Amino acid sequence: MTRHLGFILLSVFVSLVLALMPLPIAFEMYRPDLVLLVIMYWSLALPHRVNIGFAWMAGLIIDLALGSPLGVRSLTYAIVIYITASNYQKIRNFSVWQQAMLVALFLALYYLLVFWLNHFLLDIYFLPQYLWPVLTGALAWPWLFLLLRKYRRHFRIR
Amino acid sequence: MNLIFGRNTSLQLRLVIAIVLSAVLIIGDRFTDGGSKVRASLNTIVSPLFYLANLPYEMFREGSKNLSSHQSLMVENDALREAQLVQNQKLQQYEFLKLENQKLRALLGSSKKLEDRKLIAQVLSVHSNPYSHQVLINRGLLDDVKESLAVIDDKGIVGQVTSVGSTTSRVLLITDTQHATPVRILRNNVRTVVEGIGKIDQLRLSHVPHSMDIRIGDVLVSSGLGGVFPEGYPVATVTSINRNEGRPFSEVYASPIAELDRIRLLILLWRNEVAND
Repeated sequence: MTRHLGFILLSVFVSLVLALMPLPIAFEMYRPDLVLLVIMYWSLALPHRVNIGFAWMAGLIIDLALGSPLGVRSLTYAIVIYITASNYQKIRNFSVWQQAMLVALFLALYYLLVFWLNHFLLDIYFLPQYLWPVLTGALAWPWLFLLLRKYRRHFRIR
Repeated sequence: MNLIFGRNTSLQLRLVIAIVLSAVLIIGDRFTDGGSKVRASLNTIVSPLFYLANLPYEMFREGSKNLSSHQSLMVENDALREAQLVQNQKLQQYEFLKLENQKLRALLGSSKKLEDRKLIAQVLSVHSNPYSHQVLINRGLLDDVKESLAVIDDKGIVGQVTSVGSTTSRVLLITDTQHATPVRILRNNVRTVVEGIGKIDQLRLSHVPHSMDIRIGDVLVSSGLGGVFPEGYPVATVTSINRNEGRPFSEVYASPIAELDRIRLLILLWRNEVAND
């Protein structure tokens, strides 16, 4: 049992490190939220293991690492993962590209919620470029999906 | 393991718990004082992550350093030597001017200025958080870093330390929306304040009256007021002025002098208390 969870945690950890890796500032605004995508995958594949509690903790760590107000990302992660984990049976039946479109929708919701909460906490103003990661995230989804499915099947993670 | 039925209620309950917990966290972190202390210790816990995430970059950098050709190293060496020669020449005068300044201050009976304590730090991660401009540096409590230390690079002021972990600390850049820097215009000593607007290459001067003597190209240096930044370090140059008489204040924008989008090595400055004698 712990073996399965260990493999899931390993993939989330790797995505976390990738999310914190320094990038040239020109690419910075296109960086997709890999941690959320990975947790989304696990919440669709193994909703009994990865759901709201897991997402909440991951969001908290991301908040700490990014220095944003604590709790913002744990809240938004929990909401997005609630949607995916409660509809996993429907979403699983879509093709990968249809899933990517749905993921774009969830990501848009996520980024708008994060912006909205930050708007209240930090008085910032909306710039359209804040939504670039929605596109890059949706484009990254098919590759990530195939990669993680391979990973899950190879190590028989259940 | 029957997963087909009976998880919905549980999920909703979990969501409610998550929302309540997050709300408590947000309020506790943003609107109470205890937040920063908790954050400092939590920062210490996540700091190994940054060292790990920085590893590939460091490896590439070391690799490219080892692979750079003899030719380019010679060229770089020559350029550095020249730069050092020029700087040394300036330093000779600086020593002389410093002594002269001290004597004049002594004659005037005013307080003596002391050298600021310095420490070189390296940027670990430039922030991937679009809503706030911060960088993480590799110095922390163990190096005696404190909150609200001034941080500069080789060109000018970069920002100030906002939270400290044991081996890392976070620097808020002058372009962040929450940051304002007290400055004066180098040309005529007029005092004003520049504040960040969330763009990496732009700052705004707040509440500039139409009558203020300010021109495009004016250099703004730190004024030493406010107690964070030592006096006289370059902050920004004025890039645009819009004197619309219909508005209560002029709109003045400036661009930071420090290259905030490519910072790598930084200097932390401890502000010395002025000694009276």
